[in-house]
Amino acid sequence: MNEAKQTFAQESEELLQEMEDALLSMEEAPDDEENLNSVFRAMHTIKGAAGIFGFDYIVAFTHPVETEMDRVRGGERTVDSDLIAVLLNCKDHTAALVDQVLSSDDPTLPDDLQQQGDELLAQLTGGANQSPAGDVIETTTELTPEGATEALPTEALPNDNWLISLKFKQDALRNGLDPLSFIRYLGTLGTIVDVITLLQDLQEMSAMDAESCYLEFRIVFNSDADKTAIENVFEFAQDDCDIRILPPHSKQQHYLELLNELPETELQKLGDILIQVGALTRTELEAGLKEQIERAAPGTDDTGEHKPIGEILVEQQAVEKQVVEGALKKQEKSRSRAAQESRTIRVDSGKLGQLINLVGELVISGAAMKVMVERHGLTDVEEVASTVEHLIELIRDNALQLRMVQIGDTFSRFRRVVRDVSKDLSKEIELRITGGESELDKTVVEKINDPLTHLVRNSLDHGIERPEVRKELGKPTKGTVSLNAYHDSGHIVIEIKDDGAGLDPEKIRAKAEAIGMVKPNQVLSRQEIFRLAFEPGLSTKTEASKLSGRGVGMDVVKRNIESLRGTVELDSELGVGTTVTIHLPLTLAIIDGFLVGAQGETYIVPLSMVEECVEMESQEWSVDDERQYVNLRGEVMPYIHLSDFFGTPGNPDEKRRESLVVVRFGRTKAGLLVDELHGEQQTVIKPMGKVFQNLKGISGATVLGSGDIALILDIQGLINLANRQHSAIVRH
Amino acid sequence: MGDLITQDSEQEALTEAGETTQYLTFLAGAERFAIGILDVKELIEVSTMTQVPMTPDFIRGVINLRGSVVPVVDLSSRLGRGTSELTKRSCIVLVEISLEDESQTIGMLVDEVNQILEISQTHIQPPPNFGTDIRTDFIKAMGRVDDEFIILLNINHVLSIEELSALGELRSSVPASSAEDTQPEE
Repeated sequence: MNEAKQTFAQESEELLQEMEDALLSMEEAPDDEENLNSVFRAMHTIKGAAGIFGFDYIVAFTHPVETEMDRVRGGERTVDSDLIAVLLNCKDHTAALVDQVLSSDDPTLPDDLQQQGDELLAQLTGGANQSPAGDVIETTTELTPEGATEALPTEALPNDNWLISLKFKQDALRNGLDPLSFIRYLGTLGTIVDVITLLQDLQEMSAMDAESCYLEFRIVFNSDADKTAIENVFEFAQDDCDIRILPPHSKQQHYLELLNELPETELQKLGDILIQVGALTRTELEAGLKEQIERAAPGTDDTGEHKPIGEILVEQQAVEKQVVEGALKKQEKSRSRAAQESRTIRVDSGKLGQLINLVGELVISGAAMKVMVERHGLTDVEEVASTVEHLIELIRDNALQLRMVQIGDTFSRFRRVVRDVSKDLSKEIELRITGGESELDKTVVEKINDPLTHLVRNSLDHGIERPEVRKELGKPTKGTVSLNAYHDSGHIVIEIKDDGAGLDPEKIRAKAEAIGMVKPNQVLSRQEIFRLAFEPGLSTKTEASKLSGRGVGMDVVKRNIESLRGTVELDSELGVGTTVTIHLPLTLAIIDGFLVGAQGETYIVPLSMVEECVEMESQEWSVDDERQYVNLRGEVMPYIHLSDFFGTPGNPDEKRRESLVVVRFGRTKAGLLVDELHGEQQTVIKPMGKVFQNLKGISGATVLGSGDIALILDIQGLINLANRQHSAIVRH
Repeated sequence: MGDLITQDSEQEALTEAGETTQYLTFLAGAERFAIGILDVKELIEVSTMTQVPMTPDFIRGVINLRGSVVPVVDLSSRLGRGTSELTKRSCIVLVEISLEDESQTIGMLVDEVNQILEISQTHIQPPPNFGTDIRTDFIKAMGRVDDEFIILLNINHVLSIEELSALGELRSSVPASSAEDTQPEE
């Protein structure tokens, strides 16, 4: 049961998300039917599923909402911002109900939720043109039979009787048919309530041909037999008789119910669907199809504009319009379901993880094989090995691709945030989303959500000014927050940009000095000052608001992003706006690494961070030991002597042949002095485990082709660490 | 290791279940220790170990255990006896330590693995309050075998992940901690 609940909750969540998206789109395009359908579908499906599991209070809430949506779809109610607002709240409430289901087995709802739901429903249905919710439900359920009678106004059918119309052709008698025998035989299937005999085509008695048949019967027939059985009665008369069998009302209802119950698993033709529920017989369908072809044949032979089979069947009175519409709806549903199912497969993320682990092992084994082939000089194996290596690379890329999701979904969630917040703060804000199709690892997406929310809220709260302020400043009253994403050399870059007030570097500096983070005489570049904004305890906003401004958050944002091996930077111009740029690795599982050696150990630098490597002999660089700076072609940057820094045991007198690896993160450059350069290699990142969770400067480990473990350097952490040590030494 | 257990002792273990427990004994820093056999996951030879910089001395490094990265703790060093030399008889005892809901495999570097002993419950005594140079919380109990007492280690304390990682933090930020006065962001 719990598992079922989980599935229910998960599906509901997805549906609710769709609903929210649709509602938000509706604000811009209120007439888009697809949006309406989405909302309706979400409520309908959740109601259905909740009904199956017996979560009555969800049914009780979603049903009226669905009904209301149906009215909107039917054009009885127009979409306005109030309705959307209420529906958004309904969505939230439904989510709360789903949570309630998860958290408690109690079949009754806590009072506050119940009350909240009632209020929402009252708001929803109590609007301008409303009748109470109860009535609305009844109208929809009764709508079907009413609709049926409307569809056949001339054929006022008494309830629960079939109406059979037999129109014999003039040659019927000549062909040896006895109309009476059919009617008699029909009597064996049920009760013939009434037979009306009509004389057709016979204008004057004197013109009557005794051998011709002019009879037409209308038979009111009561029977439990299905349509096919009834039709079979007239099997022999088919060629000489037009047969119309109209099912009774109850049947009609029955067909519709059957249609609803049909599984939406496979896409079927309309005719087949109708036959399956018994509303149509195969003969009728064939006649209809024939008619369709005949009509299409003359005149236009190539346009292919066939009259839809459904319409033909209705014209031929083989089935009621109502039923055809039901079947069409069903078909549409199956079609969208089929399309969706064939597009995606739901896979347990654990299984994917397992696959990626295995691929990781494969990559390592591949590297090991390469090492062996080279060591033994097996030239004839080399070619095979390189093919295998290439394939492994492809498999790796594909496997990693499986975990990739578009960031667009994460982005569009913010539409709601922006909407709500701008209402709360009475600001006018537009959210612009670009690059939503950029893909990145699912794990990264999940973890980036919180930092993003924080940054967006910051923009909304502190960034964008109030409309009146904006007007004074000569800016458009409507502020813009834009989310953009794009790929850049193995990383995804996410930008959060606003055209708001911007940050004042002086203010940040003053604050940093006030809390003693920066010395008054310390020289800081503009970039360095903005970086301070990510330090704990720094909020220039004097008053904390509901959303942000307590000075906690930006440091958490930074930490979260760094834990994903990403970086975050801020740039701002006072009065113009702020841009926060986040760089994230595309995946957490496998990276391209650059192998360096120091004191016999191998370390890996993420290749994306390596700017260049300079050999020892080169005259291009020189080290200033005292000030811990390296001078490369006139550019001065801090450096870390890896062996010394790690204090790995070794002979300090031994003259080492060193190389300089220039690394870059964000806009900072630094040098790493290493003993050896080993070149590039694909690196499967292995977690180091809890024991090393507090270790700074090392972000993970990997297994080399030789089977040994190499540590992956966290460049940024390393440089921070080195800076601190250095400043500590200098000051003492 | 299975061949170390004689047929008899297995029988005994079955018949007197709950009264005797099997312990793996080993040498670390020239002293004999034991841990419950159920705590032992695997015994492996010492292979290439990768040192992890900026960690305490008792963390000898990490090894590749069939593709997983497993930290190795030098038991002798952890117990305050000085780093152990790697010899032909050195061995890594793999144990599983759980922290919250996750479990982590940790290797314990010992000088020599001896044998599996059966110690009856009646021969097990609470740890002494003094008289050993080992932190008392590392000792689960004392087991008497013949006339000798063996320290039964409490591996959850000896290899406490919290402590191992906390110490790691201490070490790597030692130089930085002095900077804390001047740089409050740390």
